[in-house]
Amino acid sequence: MQSRKIEQRFRIIRMLVAVVIALTIAFGFVCFVSKTPFETMGNFLFGPFLTVRRLGNIVEMTIPLLFTGVSVSIMYSCNQINMASEGGFFLGGVAAAYIAVTFALPYGIHPLLCIIGGGFAGALVCGIPAVLYVKKGVLPVVSSLMMNYVSLYLGLLIINYVIRDAQAGYPCSYQYRDTAILPDLFSKTNVHAGLLIAVMVLILGYLYLYKSQWGYCIRMIGKNPNFAKYSGMNVAGTILGCQLVGGFVAGMGGAVEQLGMYGRFQYQALSNHGFDGVLIAILSHYNPKFVAPAALFLAYIRVGADIMARSSDVPVEIVYIIQAIIIIFVAAERFLEGWKHREIVKASRLELEIKGE
Amino acid sequence: MVNNEYILSMENITKVYSNGFVANKNVNFSVKKGEIHALVGENGAGKSTLMKILFGHEQPEEGKIFYKGEEIHIANPLAALDYGIGMVHQHFMLVPSLTVAENMVLGMEPKKGVLFDYKTAVERTREISEKYNLLVDPEAKVEDLPVGFKQKVEILKVLFRGVEVLILDEPTAVLTPQETKELFTELLNLKKNGYTVIFISHKLNEIKEICDRLTVLRNGKVTGIADVSDITEQEISNKMVGRNVMLNIEKEKAKPGSSVLQVKHLSYTDMHGKQVVKDISFSVRKGEILGVAGVEGNGQREISEMITGLLSGQTGEILVDGKALSGASIRDIRLSGVAHISEDRMTYGSVGDASIEENMISERYYKKEFNRNGLLDFKRIKECVNQLIQNYGIKCDNKDAQVRTLSGGNIQKVVVAREFSSNPKVIIANQPTRGIDVGASEFIRKKLVSLRDEGVGVLLISADLTEVIETSDSIIVMNNGEIAAYFEDASKVDETILGEYMLGLKRQSKEEAGGAYYAE
Amino acid sequence: MNMVLQSIFSAEFVYSILRMATPLILAAMAALLTKKAGVMCIAFESIMLFAALGGVVGSAFMHSALLGVLSGIFCGVIVAFIFAYFVLILNANTVLTGLALNTLGSGGTVFALYVICGDKGTSTSLSSLTVPNVSIPLVEKIPLLGSIVSGHNIMTYAALLSVILVYIFINKTALGLRIRSIGENPQAAESVGIKVVRTRFIAIVLAGVLASMGGVYMSMGYLPFFTRDMVAGRGFMAIAAQNLGGGMVVPTMLSAILFGAAEALPNVMQSLRLPAETMQMLPYIVTITALFFVGGTHKGEGKRHKK
Repeated sequence: MQSRKIEQRFRIIRMLVAVVIALTIAFGFVCFVSKTPFETMGNFLFGPFLTVRRLGNIVEMTIPLLFTGVSVSIMYSCNQINMASEGGFFLGGVAAAYIAVTFALPYGIHPLLCIIGGGFAGALVCGIPAVLYVKKGVLPVVSSLMMNYVSLYLGLLIINYVIRDAQAGYPCSYQYRDTAILPDLFSKTNVHAGLLIAVMVLILGYLYLYKSQWGYCIRMIGKNPNFAKYSGMNVAGTILGCQLVGGFVAGMGGAVEQLGMYGRFQYQALSNHGFDGVLIAILSHYNPKFVAPAALFLAYIRVGADIMARSSDVPVEIVYIIQAIIIIFVAAERFLEGWKHREIVKASRLELEIKGE
Repeated sequence: MVNNEYILSMENITKVYSNGFVANKNVNFSVKKGEIHALVGENGAGKSTLMKILFGHEQPEEGKIFYKGEEIHIANPLAALDYGIGMVHQHFMLVPSLTVAENMVLGMEPKKGVLFDYKTAVERTREISEKYNLLVDPEAKVEDLPVGFKQKVEILKVLFRGVEVLILDEPTAVLTPQETKELFTELLNLKKNGYTVIFISHKLNEIKEICDRLTVLRNGKVTGIADVSDITEQEISNKMVGRNVMLNIEKEKAKPGSSVLQVKHLSYTDMHGKQVVKDISFSVRKGEILGVAGVEGNGQREISEMITGLLSGQTGEILVDGKALSGASIRDIRLSGVAHISEDRMTYGSVGDASIEENMISERYYKKEFNRNGLLDFKRIKECVNQLIQNYGIKCDNKDAQVRTLSGGNIQKVVVAREFSSNPKVIIANQPTRGIDVGASEFIRKKLVSLRDEGVGVLLISADLTEVIETSDSIIVMNNGEIAAYFEDASKVDETILGEYMLGLKRQSKEEAGGAYYAE
Repeated sequence: MNMVLQSIFSAEFVYSILRMATPLILAAMAALLTKKAGVMCIAFESIMLFAALGGVVGSAFMHSALLGVLSGIFCGVIVAFIFAYFVLILNANTVLTGLALNTLGSGGTVFALYVICGDKGTSTSLSSLTVPNVSIPLVEKIPLLGSIVSGHNIMTYAALLSVILVYIFINKTALGLRIRSIGENPQAAESVGIKVVRTRFIAIVLAGVLASMGGVYMSMGYLPFFTRDMVAGRGFMAIAAQNLGGGMVVPTMLSAILFGAAEALPNVMQSLRLPAETMQMLPYIVTITALFFVGGTHKGEGKRHKK
């Protein structure tokens, strides 16, 4: 029993160590680039807390990450490495843009339809790799990455040829109708009503994965598909279903991001929110409960890097380096293994001694 | 003690596994140079453990190994090979897409410059295959070869590495009769060339046919060492299956009702084209435990998985309560009242990385009583699971403990608790007590009996004869995919009788064995 | 329409297929090597990016195209080495590790690019060198064939040569034999004394060399400079090509060429005045469709595994 607690503690410690290593390496880069490394690093670490606007920035950046974090958590829970949440997020945004530009609808209903439309687009993108897996046994890693590129160009096709605003002077869509825009919640920041939707998705995602019968099936299939089959679960159907749901959430995220943060569709490349979702899902151990802190953490280092980039020569891309280092160390099972083993041995010895007395 | 008559001797070997299971206890095992020595025993008697120790897969707690008069320590299989001890596993250690010659030289490839010298590899393979009269085409791909030939390649591979003592682990289990015959000629030929062979087997006629001496293991101990010519098959069988322990299961005589599970003319051919189940018919009646005795691998696994829906592609009919199951999904089969204890408890029976609770609700989570307002009703589930933990005496911290942290017996109790509490009409129990402690085993057997008293039909498949005899009301014996015998009254048979049928010494007539099927 | 057909059957088009297929062939050969060794490596994207940047920077600072190529390969191999270390030694999940390295690739190269030349988009401010095109004497004089086969970048010929070398390596050398055996049945390989981890390590590093050559070609042949994310999924398409080729050398090369053709097609279809995006989508759609028809090695629904 002791050993299980140690393992849990170990998982958290390994995560923290990974974060520390990543920040240390980042600091190394900062020293290399910046003439005033301590000040720069200080801006990076503490800058985000200095003004309300910056705090608002963190929350703004967190909103889309909550969607993709939940999306990836759902999809990975049944052991499907489906990367299409990236494309789903993008195409979801495009679908929302299309609806926001094209249809005249009343307040309240308009954003709702945009978000639902975005969700369906996302589900489509994430569902195709799942169909390939269930029907043909194609592992979703490669097919989902290909789907991302298809989504990108399909989305750009719609933006640049269907709803392009030729007057704008740069490639983008027409302005979204006012009825579609998600209102801001606080003055001085751009934190918009999408936050409420994100929190709702977070809660629903948690209930879906951990409190509903579908989530139960998804998690059991992820852990042992043979057991699921033996117990009479519909393995293929569940896999397909949960990729569709995960994709729907990613697509919703894309839609909410468009309606909350932008007045017109301006992306010309993938936004990377889906890949960020993978990091968040890994850090939160595929549990929506922990998606919020993980997403806040990522948004925080993003905002910090932005501030650092503006005040020094350190480019914002340092965030990706930090992100990569964290994933790789969290994924490395044997990293710190020796330490964990010693702890377990120590604990079981202690237990024996207590029993011996 | 150094005795030059023996090329190899293992003395006082004791092996205790980390879960406390004593697999070998003071085992003495000696082999003379140039003999074919049979190592016999039931499933779980300790043969494999002993051979794993000899081949360096496991280290013994006590005991010494002498080889050619000197004490040796075998750290791993490679060291064993270096000493000249080689093993042909039941599951072949071959790379399917490579040719025979490539498999042969793997790890010691001949080279010509920077390139692999395939020609030389082929030549050497041909040489050695001709030398030992084990004829295979060196350039054939292994995946295209029939099983018998793959085995030849395995034997050649071991010989090619300069081995003098060959361990063959149930080599005939996968072979057709013709292939078996061929193998025996080859083994006798090897013996003539001075090689020593350790032959692990259940099949007494084969042992009689080619072995010189034999060692019998039962329950981890040696129960007999003899020259094959001095001992009858009957005597070997007695030494193998003698009563281990009294199980003392108290039960009243069964009052069987109508048939709840009927199996009609069931046949199954596996992916290698071997017919593993041959036109089998039997019935399990309400309030009866039908035991299935037999050495593992005689079709029992396939039968249980065809009934429960894990395996498909059979011919014949399976009926539960008079309704045919053909085409039914696993959930439909379970809903019709079939519960299943799989012999593979970590692959099918449970999820090691999930909690006890999650393991216990896998076949009922969707039912109305466990759902409320569209979500799982965890209060109900908790009540149900805690009740089961208590009723089945599962030792754990609480319902959230991960199953893989439990002992084998407790894991099996989790499986059993789930399956037995699913309101079954018929329970397929495949090796329900294998590898678990005595207490849990006894508990599970008693539960089976009490469910029987409530009118449930039980199909109890087990390689443990004592268990089959003591727990069952009627017994069928499987041999080679067929029903070799049916005994309507289990109390009238003993291990010796069953042993004769399951080891293929005897066989009932078609009419007698056909008694296992009840139309009603 | 006629014009399109004309240009499809023109020598220029076939020439441009080879030009487009070069990095795909090299990376597909790398994917094949790791596949044979039984490792699912998706880090080629990152390996190629770092190699592309390393090549540009190396050639600019050392004023030698050859040294540039070598430094590019060196950078890529380091990434392969990190992948192998984490996957084989620290037992990290292959997909997550690959993913992390790819993130590192797109972020790290831009980071380095900015630090080195103060630009986040391209390396045009560096006077980097390119690998030259060469004409094959005599062959270039042959009508049609000459204009298809001759005049390519050296790396294109290297890619074609790599196909032959990989074929020989996998099928005709002892190490190749060992790699195939550990990919298919590691227990069997181990039972005859083959060191599984070490052999896999070698396979991954060799794959790193091949993929790096593909990356170097991107910035020193296909284009004369580095641009951010210039690999654009080619590392993944290479894996798809390997899947499509069923683990065999020549079919894998042909699949890579097919994807190359899908990339080359937009140029000749310009006359149709189709939106550029439809054409850019094409290679990826071809890949997905191909994966659908060939299917995977992994059966979808919890197929019973034999022990």
